[in-house]
Amino acid sequence: MAAGTNTAPAEGFVRFESVQKSYDGIALVVKDLNLSIGKGEFLTMLGPSGSGKTTCLLMLAGFETATHGDILLGGRPINNIPPHKRGIGMVFQNYALFPHMSVAENLAFPLEVRSIDKDERENKVRRALEMVQMGGFEGRRPSQLSGGQQQRIALARALVFEPDLVLMDEPLGALDKQLREHMQFEIKHLHERLGVTVVYVTHDQTEALTMSDRVAVFDDGIIQQLAPPDQLYEAPENSFVAQFIGENNTLTGIVEAINGDLATVRLDSGDRFQALPVNVNAVGDRTRVSIRPERVETDSRRLPAGAHRISAEVLEFIYMGDVFRTRLKVAGNEEFIVKTRNAPDQTRQVPGSTIEIGWLPEDCRALDA
Amino acid sequence: MRALLLIAPLLIFVLVTFVSPIVDMLFRSVENGIVTEILPHSTSALKDWNSERDELPGEAVFRGLYVDMVIAVKRRQHTRVGSRLNYEAAGIASVFRKTGRSLRKVDVDAFVRHFTDLHPDWENRAFWEGVFSDPAAAGVLPNSSRTFDAWSQDFAKPEDPVPEDFVYVALAGELRGLDASDLSGFGQPYAGMLAEAARTIGRLDEISLKQEFLQLDSEWSAATLWKTIKIFSPPLTEAYFLNAVDMKKGIEGVERKSEAERIYLVIFGRTFVMSVTITLACIFLGYPVAYFLARLPLRKANLFLILVLLPFWTSLLVRTSAWKVLLQQEGVINDILVAVGIVDDSARLVMINNQFGTIVAMTHILLPFMILPLFSVMKTIPPDFVRAAKSLGADAFTAFRRVYFPQSLPGIGAGSVLVFILAIGYYITPELVGGIKGTFISNRIAYHISTSLNWGLAAALGTLLLMAVLLLYWVYDRIVGIDNVKLG
Ligand SMILES: Nc1ncnc2c1ncn2[C@@H]1O[C@H](COP(=O)(O)OP(=O)(O)OP(=O)(O)O)[C@@H](O)[C@H]1O
Ligand SMILES: [Mg+2]
Repeated sequence: MAAGTNTAPAEGFVRFESVQKSYDGIALVVKDLNLSIGKGEFLTMLGPSGSGKTTCLLMLAGFETATHGDILLGGRPINNIPPHKRGIGMVFQNYALFPHMSVAENLAFPLEVRSIDKDERENKVRRALEMVQMGGFEGRRPSQLSGGQQQRIALARALVFEPDLVLMDEPLGALDKQLREHMQFEIKHLHERLGVTVVYVTHDQTEALTMSDRVAVFDDGIIQQLAPPDQLYEAPENSFVAQFIGENNTLTGIVEAINGDLATVRLDSGDRFQALPVNVNAVGDRTRVSIRPERVETDSRRLPAGAHRISAEVLEFIYMGDVFRTRLKVAGNEEFIVKTRNAPDQTRQVPGSTIEIGWLPEDCRALDA
Repeated sequence: MRALLLIAPLLIFVLVTFVSPIVDMLFRSVENGIVTEILPHSTSALKDWNSERDELPGEAVFRGLYVDMVIAVKRRQHTRVGSRLNYEAAGIASVFRKTGRSLRKVDVDAFVRHFTDLHPDWENRAFWEGVFSDPAAAGVLPNSSRTFDAWSQDFAKPEDPVPEDFVYVALAGELRGLDASDLSGFGQPYAGMLAEAARTIGRLDEISLKQEFLQLDSEWSAATLWKTIKIFSPPLTEAYFLNAVDMKKGIEGVERKSEAERIYLVIFGRTFVMSVTITLACIFLGYPVAYFLARLPLRKANLFLILVLLPFWTSLLVRTSAWKVLLQQEGVINDILVAVGIVDDSARLVMINNQFGTIVAMTHILLPFMILPLFSVMKTIPPDFVRAAKSLGADAFTAFRRVYFPQSLPGIGAGSVLVFILAIGYYITPELVGGIKGTFISNRIAYHISTSLNWGLAAALGTLLLMAVLLLYWVYDRIVGIDNVKLG
């Protein structure tokens, strides 16, 4: 296979170097993309609709050309290699199973065009089907399969010719929630077993967090943050990422002082407290402070020393089973959410009452406004 | 039920404008009532005539013929039956015309006198009315009853005192061979009077109407003429269909027509081959266009689609005539070829008034019917399929051949059915640019409808065409599957 070089360094198996893309020659859909994907890595591109994820994938697969910059695979630029010589497996959102071919013919297609002889072909097809637990479905037409089954076949077809790199563009988008979670697990499992490099596109953050080694959060053609899931969630580097990944409370204000590890923020409501300065540079900058709902303590007795205390008005209490979700009005923000675990000693807040809540400075991230 | 009522206007419209003409056509292609209708007495008398032996029919037939001819001439129908029989054996039309003109010369006084001499009542119209209003009349003397009714209802003036001669001839003809016991069903005095007339009817045997007719036109002695009348006297006939496949119902039964007369099978074959050629030409020209259109962004594609449809904005005649201008020997294309020097001025290409001209013009006219279904099918093939094929390692051509093309087949299927069926029944263009060698079966049909007025043959040809299309449709369904045809 053209692209299958084992000599390439584990780091930088796929590299985007200052890649730009414009469809119309005016608006840049991808702006100066730099990304390095390691061999065997599971990297997810996550971002809102229209942020350029598919475009990146198509450039990598060879269906779109980069307007500017280089894409390297195994250390070699592939800008001039046509798609069919790149040896990249791809799973499409609508599966793109060939409707006029049976399942077996679909799977044999990549092997046939590679002139692999019949016996080996049949072997590989059978093994690929077993791999996705679809043995026995050889003779079916794609239209005779359920969504989940089609998905598996699409997966098997992208893997049957043993590519080093597999691209998946929202492969689970069309499935219902339960099946999606099941397939997430299976794809992850396959990835671990086969050791292929996967570039995965989704706009479902849970999917991104549960499956990936690293997640690249896209917005407006720019990677906002590239990090492992836990870092992404716990240490978002800017307010877009903080907003986009998980639930988040934001309080807006200005930086009054930065001393070492902590910054003092004065909220628009006048409250002052300390937060980690992540994405603020100078005193006087406007900032959004982000606090995760589960890091807020509503029981003042349990607040550790050093916590910032503030009074809040309970607006709404929602019982969600495993957690309680309380909407508060804090420092003028009426959308302040707190999540508490459903434990025996947990209080159920009464709407209308005023309580004292608090958080630790380490849990507050002062980000760009 | 209410739904049925809602669609009722449309249903009725479809029935009236679509189904009923087809049914009428099917009926006309076998219908042959005209001979028995106009020549009832002759044809019923001919039943007893053995056409195997080469002798003329007996006197009874000629008496019937006389009665039939008199009535037909009065009704001006004798030329119609003449033309009808002329389709089967040329020359019959003139025999009927000629005979009709001079029928007055036939002397049948003897028949009248046979009755009036017996009893004066036979000169009394009221008496005749009495005979034929008798309940037994219709059963025992059906032909005479019919003749008398025809006379009294259609031809007699109220003041006419006696029936016309032919009524006497009809009665005389029918009484021949009957005796008193046959006539006993009549009331008196009719039974007695009729029996008396029947008993002495043998006297009339000396009179030969046969001779009279032979004098009017010697053709009446031709056995083929009588055989033709006999063969075509049943009310339904397969003759039109035989004719339509270059066969005929000869004296010895069904046989092929002579070499020089065979035309329809050749034209059917030509229609078929040319329609297939046109369909293939449309596929070859239309596929790339549709492919190109389907890949354009929708707005541009719509613009080009208008260009594809543009020909529909001009009259068919204009478009066809334009091809004449282009293709004729002094036409634009030949001029250019000569000017460039590819073709010598003395050897200008003949591209019109032949099959080539028809194929070119019809391909042009029918092309949109190929492009539109192809386009709408191709539009529904997501680009992901070809991308998937390429990502799986197929080069552009393989991806097209193995993935795109098979999925566009329903469009080819729909377009082909449409173009082929339109082509096989096309009329105007072959008429205008087809010359002699490039005409279709529909041109023959039109000829028989408007020029030769042989509607039965036109209907038979039309029915065969319809059958051929249905058969092809069935074969097509078998091979391709009509489910695989997508119009959009
Ligand atoms: N073929 C194209 N021609 C012109 N513009 C395009 C084309 N494909 C995509 N775009 C534009 O490029 C931008 C990025 O599109 P892209 O498909 O990469 O987004 P995405 O991140 O995959 O979104 P989604 O999550 O909805 O799939 C969008 O604004 C889109 O309108
Ligand atoms: Mg996308």
